[in-house]
Amino acid sequence: MHSNLEANHNPIMNILVCISHVPDTTAKINFTADGTSLDPAGVQFVINPYDEFGLTKALHLKEAQGGSITVINVGPATTEPTLRKALAIGADKAIRIDATPMDAITVAKELKNHIEANSYDVIICGQESIDYNGQQVPAMLAAMLHLPFANACVGLSIQNSTARATSEIDGGHETYEAALPMVIGGKKGLVEEKDLRIPNMRGIMSARTKPLEVVTSIENGGLTSPVAFEKPAGKAEVKMVDADNVDELVRLLHEEAKAI
Amino acid sequence: MSIVVFVEDWNGAYKKASYEAVGYAKNWASMIGAKVIAVTSSNAPAAELASYGADHCIQISLGQTAMGIAGQLKALSSDASGIVIAGTSLGRSVAPALAAIKESALSTNTIGLPLGTSPLQVKRGAFSSKGIETIELSGASPIISFVPNSIGIENVSGEGLTESQEIASTDLLQVVGTEVASGKVALPEAEAVVSAGRGLKGPENWGMIEELAEVLGAATACSKPVSDIGWRPHSEHVGQTGIQVNPNLYIAIGISGAIQHLAGVSASKTIVVVNTDPEAPFFKAADYGIVGDAFEVVPKLVNALRAFKAAS
Repeated sequence: MHSNLEANHNPIMNILVCISHVPDTTAKINFTADGTSLDPAGVQFVINPYDEFGLTKALHLKEAQGGSITVINVGPATTEPTLRKALAIGADKAIRIDATPMDAITVAKELKNHIEANSYDVIICGQESIDYNGQQVPAMLAAMLHLPFANACVGLSIQNSTARATSEIDGGHETYEAALPMVIGGKKGLVEEKDLRIPNMRGIMSARTKPLEVVTSIENGGLTSPVAFEKPAGKAEVKMVDADNVDELVRLLHEEAKAI
Repeated sequence: MSIVVFVEDWNGAYKKASYEAVGYAKNWASMIGAKVIAVTSSNAPAAELASYGADHCIQISLGQTAMGIAGQLKALSSDASGIVIAGTSLGRSVAPALAAIKESALSTNTIGLPLGTSPLQVKRGAFSSKGIETIELSGASPIISFVPNSIGIENVSGEGLTESQEIASTDLLQVVGTEVASGKVALPEAEAVVSAGRGLKGPENWGMIEELAEVLGAATACSKPVSDIGWRPHSEHVGQTGIQVNPNLYIAIGISGAIQHLAGVSASKTIVVVNTDPEAPFFKAADYGIVGDAFEVVPKLVNALRAFKAAS
């Protein structure tokens, strides 16, 4: 590892990638009869799309300067296939903190506990998971650990333990510099869609023997709880307007929709 | 008793979403008989905030980064009965950071005023707009972060009271550069969005899209394939993994309406779809549809809207 350090003038990196186990984008969403949770029947679960960009970025960082990638999930045993998939894509080690978390702060506290007991240079999360769309865990984690944070991160480079991160802000971009360790809330742009990797046979075979460690949770309580889930009210039937009669569309937008 | 509201500014002026946040705080405060305390870095006239419902305004240096701002808000909200933060790009970092250091319950992606305050319950979007969750927030000083433009802005009469206070900033990272497109409507805040997809056939054809956006005072946006092939910048990509928008009016030109795209736009109040393919799935999510060639329909629509604007 010493030679690696000399070759790149960069220390090797210990990277943690937080992985959410979420319904596939195209899954039909149904709720249980009592309306208090997602009905998982027939739902295909995948690595959260935002996390896939982060995992691929971690692979790029490791390939450029050496290092090790740990993927972590806070969840029940049913999330393990998703962690195995992350191992098949190229992570070195997986950790599942055994819990059924109630809310984001519960997840963040579990992750904080693990991160404090270990040593990571970069902690990469997706900016949000596509199930509860909270956008909470990455910022909570950074605040709890008192680490610098880049949300909606679309660019990341690391030189000599200093990170340069670019975030999307309303209407533009902002670039930051910070000393590692740092927490990233990533999205597309961290790497491109075409860079995303699909597990190949060799990856799938090797994932079987890579370590997947199950850790006991610290069992902290949550502060929010779901009362009910419902589906949004269906749209009324679309009104079709003739392509030669755009004046009618303008009238509808003004008088009916009051949108102009 | 008080509800503290974070009032964000851009170049010294209050953001539109901040007026909405003050109004949200006012509504919540009146349910529990509390005052609204607005906290801002801006030196813009506090009376402006009073006209949306603020009872007090604290103008202080909040620092540049989410973590610094969260630290300041914590110091200023120790007695607050609740905290309101607009879900702007900054607010989406500030709210969870504040929740973590205050150990407060947090609802993000909130799409309505509190349904009740004892217990406190709100509705929020979940499953990429395929579900609506009602959640209950417990503990002291719960935080509500709402989706901009989901609540609306209302004017109230009131008088502001300004205090000034300075607390040391705790920024952990250094901002080395900011670039914001000038003279354009920022996509996440836009009231109207004109979005186009591969049906436009090439980046050279975006002139008419920009023209349509200009007539409407709209922001321009695009579908994922269009940003992936580089016809338009990533910052214009709306949909899952891109930017999520909920304008009053969303016009989609030459976009088929893949589920990933709908996840980012279906909260828009009125959706207009123009597509050559009558079977395009987007029509099912639309309020108004035109089956037709964008190259014919868009210029006609620009003219019709210009005539409408001139007449009204």
